[in-house]
Amino acid sequence: GVVKSAPDNLGLPGVSVRLKGTNIATSTDGMGSFSIKIPAKAGILEFSSVGYQTREIPVSKTTILTVTLTEDAATLNDVVVVGYGTTRKQDLTGSVAVVGVKDFQKGNITTPEQMLSGKVSGVAITSNSGQPGSGSTIRIRGGSSLNASNDPLFVIDGVPLENGGVSGASNPLSFINPNDIETFTVLKDASAAAIYGARAANGVIIITTKKGLSDGLKVSFNSVNSISKIVKQLDVLSADQIRSIVNANGTTAQKAMLGSFNTNWQDLIYQDGISTDNNISISGGIKKLPYRLSIGYQNQSGILRTDQLEKKSAAFILNPRFFDNHLKVDLNLKGSMQKTRFANTSAIGGAVNFDPTQATYTNRADYNGYWEWLDPTSPTGLVNLVGRNPVGLLEQREDRAKPLRSIGNIQLDYQFHFLPELHANFNAGYDVASGKGTVYVDPNAAESILSKGVNNQYKTNRRNTVVDFYLNYIKEFKSIKSRIDATAGYSYNDYLTTQYFYPSFDAYGTKVPNSDPAFATNKPQYRLISYFGRLNYNYDERLLLTATVRRDGSSRFGPAYKYGVFPSVALAWTVKNESFLKDIKAISAMKLRASYGITGQQDGIDNYGYLSTYGLSTLNAQYQFGNSFYQMYRPSAYIANIKWEETATANIGLDFGLFDNRITGSLDVYQKKTSDLLNRIPQPAGTNFAATAVVNVGDMKNEGVELTLNFNPVKAKDFDWNFSFNATYNKNTITNLTVVPNDPNYAGFPSGTVAGGVGGQNAFINAVGGPKNTFNLFEQVYDQAGNPIEGVYVDQNGDGIISPGDFKKGKQADPKVFLGFSNNLSYKKWNLSFTLRANLGNYVYNNNFSQSGNLTQILGTAVILNGSPNYLTTNFKGQQLLSDYYVQNASFLRMDNLNLGYSFGQLFKSKANLQLTGSVQNVFVVTKYKGLDPEVASGVDNNIYPRPRVFSLGLNLNY
Amino acid sequence: CNKLDLVPTNDLTADKVYTSAAGYKQALAKVYGAFALTGNASVGQPDIPSEIIKDEGNSDFLRLYWNLQELTTDEAVWSWKNDAGIQGLHELSWSSINSIINGLYYRSFFQITLCNDFINQSSDDNLSKRGITGADADQVRKFRAEARFIRAYQYAVLMDIYGNPPLVTETTEIGGKDLPKQIQRKDLFVYVESELKAIENDLAAPKANEYGRADRAADWALLSRIYLNAEVYTGTARYTDAITYCNKITAAGYTLHGNYRELTIADNHLNTDENIFTINYDGTSTQNYGGTTYLMHGPAGVPADVSGSNGNWGGLRITQQFVNLFADKSGNTDTRAQFYMSGQNMEVNDLYTSTDGYSSTKYRNKTRSGGPAPHQDVAKDFSDIDFPLFRLGETYLTYAEAVLRGGSGGSLATALDYVNKLRTRAYNGSTAGNITSSALTTDFILDERGRELWYEAARRTDLIRFGKFTTAAYLWAWKGGVKAGTAVNSKYNLYPLPPTDLSANPNLRQNTGY
Repeated sequence: GVVKSAPDNLGLPGVSVRLKGTNIATSTDGMGSFSIKIPAKAGILEFSSVGYQTREIPVSKTTILTVTLTEDAATLNDVVVVGYGTTRKQDLTGSVAVVGVKDFQKGNITTPEQMLSGKVSGVAITSNSGQPGSGSTIRIRGGSSLNASNDPLFVIDGVPLENGGVSGASNPLSFINPNDIETFTVLKDASAAAIYGARAANGVIIITTKKGLSDGLKVSFNSVNSISKIVKQLDVLSADQIRSIVNANGTTAQKAMLGSFNTNWQDLIYQDGISTDNNISISGGIKKLPYRLSIGYQNQSGILRTDQLEKKSAAFILNPRFFDNHLKVDLNLKGSMQKTRFANTSAIGGAVNFDPTQATYTNRADYNGYWEWLDPTSPTGLVNLVGRNPVGLLEQREDRAKPLRSIGNIQLDYQFHFLPELHANFNAGYDVASGKGTVYVDPNAAESILSKGVNNQYKTNRRNTVVDFYLNYIKEFKSIKSRIDATAGYSYNDYLTTQYFYPSFDAYGTKVPNSDPAFATNKPQYRLISYFGRLNYNYDERLLLTATVRRDGSSRFGPAYKYGVFPSVALAWTVKNESFLKDIKAISAMKLRASYGITGQQDGIDNYGYLSTYGLSTLNAQYQFGNSFYQMYRPSAYIANIKWEETATANIGLDFGLFDNRITGSLDVYQKKTSDLLNRIPQPAGTNFAATAVVNVGDMKNEGVELTLNFNPVKAKDFDWNFSFNATYNKNTITNLTVVPNDPNYAGFPSGTVAGGVGGQNAFINAVGGPKNTFNLFEQVYDQAGNPIEGVYVDQNGDGIISPGDFKKGKQADPKVFLGFSNNLSYKKWNLSFTLRANLGNYVYNNNFSQSGNLTQILGTAVILNGSPNYLTTNFKGQQLLSDYYVQNASFLRMDNLNLGYSFGQLFKSKANLQLTGSVQNVFVVTKYKGLDPEVASGVDNNIYPRPRVFSLGLNLNY
Repeated sequence: CNKLDLVPTNDLTADKVYTSAAGYKQALAKVYGAFALTGNASVGQPDIPSEIIKDEGNSDFLRLYWNLQELTTDEAVWSWKNDAGIQGLHELSWSSINSIINGLYYRSFFQITLCNDFINQSSDDNLSKRGITGADADQVRKFRAEARFIRAYQYAVLMDIYGNPPLVTETTEIGGKDLPKQIQRKDLFVYVESELKAIENDLAAPKANEYGRADRAADWALLSRIYLNAEVYTGTARYTDAITYCNKITAAGYTLHGNYRELTIADNHLNTDENIFTINYDGTSTQNYGGTTYLMHGPAGVPADVSGSNGNWGGLRITQQFVNLFADKSGNTDTRAQFYMSGQNMEVNDLYTSTDGYSSTKYRNKTRSGGPAPHQDVAKDFSDIDFPLFRLGETYLTYAEAVLRGGSGGSLATALDYVNKLRTRAYNGSTAGNITSSALTTDFILDERGRELWYEAARRTDLIRFGKFTTAAYLWAWKGGVKAGTAVNSKYNLYPLPPTDLSANPNLRQNTGY
């Protein structure tokens, strides 16, 4: 016979074919063909393959079978994992995107969210820096909050993760081995997400990991080895340029400071990063006990010298079924151990600013031989308040951490014997993490010469627990063409952090006086107790209704606002199943969806913000009465009536498939209105213990359109071509920010800290009527040649002086449009894929230019510094930090990765198959932006760790 | 559901803090400490949130107050143009959005709110409810009077700087929905005066309290200061009252400390002869980047071994007009001239060039014997120098000026004697600098206050009282934003209220002209 896969109808190799209850078995060849001898000429044949649903087919005579296997539930189309259960894809009414293994970004992937980048409309993922394992800023539909949190909720195998990392680990998701992930489900609208109630306003990303097999044994080995190269250094002036600028403009003393070297400090701190990432997974079933074990080892060095990340991870899964599949047990255990050395990233800024005319080393023993600016009158022997040798900064600091994390859960799903329509599901999970590390600075290092170095430690533990229980009832009522799928449950989440505090020590281990902490530990904790329900109703596979409700109770709020109710409702109409479309072949699928619901947001605020408490000051902040020092009790600001942010989301969507699903896609239009924003706003002076407090005030709106299109233009035996395109337009508007709505006195609140000067300079304003992060700077005046005139700005209010009253609102920092394009081309044994991503309408404040593109940068301190060549364009004498000249168009098109794979097919008598992949990440960027990289999550570009270009070679062996 | 009632591990609710007199004392330490510190740790736990002031080192009371009183005058300029709030201060062209101007307002109200809470927590009702009786209760009542003094002091600052702030007292609900009402400057004067008079006898007798805590003499010193300026605040002169309270101080046994240059150094807590009330700093136990740490580190060009720090911040300098108040700038005759001149031009040709203008060596983190500060931190970042908020030197000059301006209850002879006592000390015990009664004019007093009290946060108030702050009657380098100096709009005699508070509290109206 032959085994084919649905829906593409191609022969499926490597399918295990077994006569049920015997050891008689074979597997299909490269074309999907097989033959098997059955002694009794009768029995049941079992067909199984990873990623496909197992089928049993009775045979009773010699025959040629054609068996079609459909892709497995959890992986693909049939069933979609949603919160607290699954739903059939055809029953979906909300805006949900599923990304499975075959769609993941490939290459040297170190953290899971990178696999999702550019793949889903409405989801923007910006890696925070090029540092190994560093996190990303993830925004679904622009984020619904201004000041609290805009991070989506992550749920891994039923365990919701707490936002925020563990100390010593740069990214909470970095603990998950990307190779263990089977799918991401992104819940975007309220209908899909409201089942997570108070934590769902920024969307939910559900991650499921790979499971064991019911039978057989499958071993998979994966190895990716990469080299990371710095693409571009930040432009700085050369040593010769500095010499000529100083000789032309400097004092005699400054000219005398010039050295005769030509040092490229950036060359000295960057290197080629090497990384290896190896994973082995074994999955199979022992006596009906399916298991999967995977072990990963990753070792990566950053492009900034001394950056190192070593990660060992293991995942173990048991998913047995008992009582004729009536009881399903899923046990997931994941653990990860990291060993990290964080390079001193201040060396990056140092390398950009340090005088290129000086040597790297001297032959003195002081300061471990690094060249430094000297001042014999100073107790340090060094010039005060100037940068230290960047190579010294890098090499003399060791910041090492060993974070550990384990996430696990056990899930029992029981289908009642006497009432098979009813399931009871119990889930208990944990997420424990320990982050600890040490910081050591050499006692002779210039950066802390007086305090004789540093030898400090830090530690944080987390223990989060979750217990859920729900009942699920599914029943078809054929007579009334109806299907009901109802769920009701309870959830308990507890989040406990234990922070350890330690005194400070110098490098020799001598305690710094008065550095003992006021308390040895602190244990912030919060808890959520919730009830939830969901009803899916399907009428005749044509009309669908989903209604959900969740009641959340949170320890973060006072008695009056402890509980919140978050409802949603959605309707869908499967137009394709109407008689008027049924026979139109060109349209293979069509569904209209509409939803409305309310979700909440309670992250990014204090655990005890509603309670009036007093905190004790540290030993170095005491006050003296007489001859004694007293630790002070300070009352903290509190808002007794603080409550959740609420976001009401309306979504209208259309899913469609054309020409036998050669073209599929969906279009969504949404509006998200957030009210009771958790904003930090000024309190009337004298009415609280702090000038500002987080209170519920203000409203904001996100409106947008999302489009996803998948094309499969060529589908042949040897040649398969898929590509997909997604586009998102999001418009953010702040609609109110004050207690008295739209108070004209209130200009809005600034954000977007600009480096240079001490404190207070901001590039953005968040003001009513505009989008968040709107640039708010002085309008630069230009001369006839188009060059900016230093310090000359438009006097917007005409009062004759340039003051903050003259700021002008300009462009927005966030992109208006983002696009993703993925392409996958297979020809025989070759496979070529790439992902392109573009952001449009985003602007960046080039803080590197504004901070260092001027003469004061070079000559204005006690020593000579390097500066930005932008000085040669502007000829600015001093910093003009608040000029809108520095706002630059940062729209870009980036090729995230390019992969070429070759599959050797069956080796070793068809028992194994081998695939080799070569890939390049960060292939190119097209942009008008003049700085290092246009993709700056904060919108203010200063000192970013450059994103490297990574070349990798991967090997995948399946047995 | 009690499973949702969680409380913090270390932070305490009021009923846990105020169980004993010792707990009250630690809360009182915050009431006072809000003067000296930026927060509840050296750095990292600021009192003033970063939306108001980003750089925590700029958020303590003294640095903010000092900057508004000094950087706007002939006594001081700052080099770092891009530091928040700097531009516009010396040029007298600030707007209502300025993190130094807005910052002091919120700092003062932070301390006032602490006082209000403390006054409530220490009410007789609460004391008896918490079982605090006898000597303990008497002690807490003294604390309460001191909290009222601190509150009155901060209202005097608000009256001087902003004129018409909102008024909050212990009856204002904290964390509630009450919107405070604005009080006019002349009414605020009455409030401050009445508070200071009401607590006079509840405070410890002069010199009878612990070091660092306010006593009756501090109360008198503040009264004499507001009376001296009463005409500016209310339109009605109160010079006789100023003299009355100066007399009470001098009668209490204060004497001038023998050596002027020991007034602002690391062991100046020993100067109990002259100090009336100080803000206390300690290099190990009271660390922050404002206060006298700023006054020690700030002056440009001063070598580390002179200031007793780890180097200067290249910031503070002095205009030539102020330096010229000293005939001999070397300090060899009048020791109050403590200028650092090496490498510095006397003229401030460029406002933001760190070598333009002499700088100050007045605040030195050294002991009388020239040794290092006793509690200096290893990195030499922090200062041990206490700041004299009130000292007898000011009382003498207040007395003399009030007499010259027609106040009664004093005599010209005593006025002359007081001035010459100060000058004799300044001239190292020599009477060569003494003046005659014909030279004792109000204009002389202004210059003498400059020489005696420079860098002690008095200058702006003095120039306003003499009508010289905004007018052309006295010009200094870069006043009004031009090198030769120019008159500016008289609105700059008052600072604006922060727009953020105008928005948060619709009861408030902005000061004229802003």
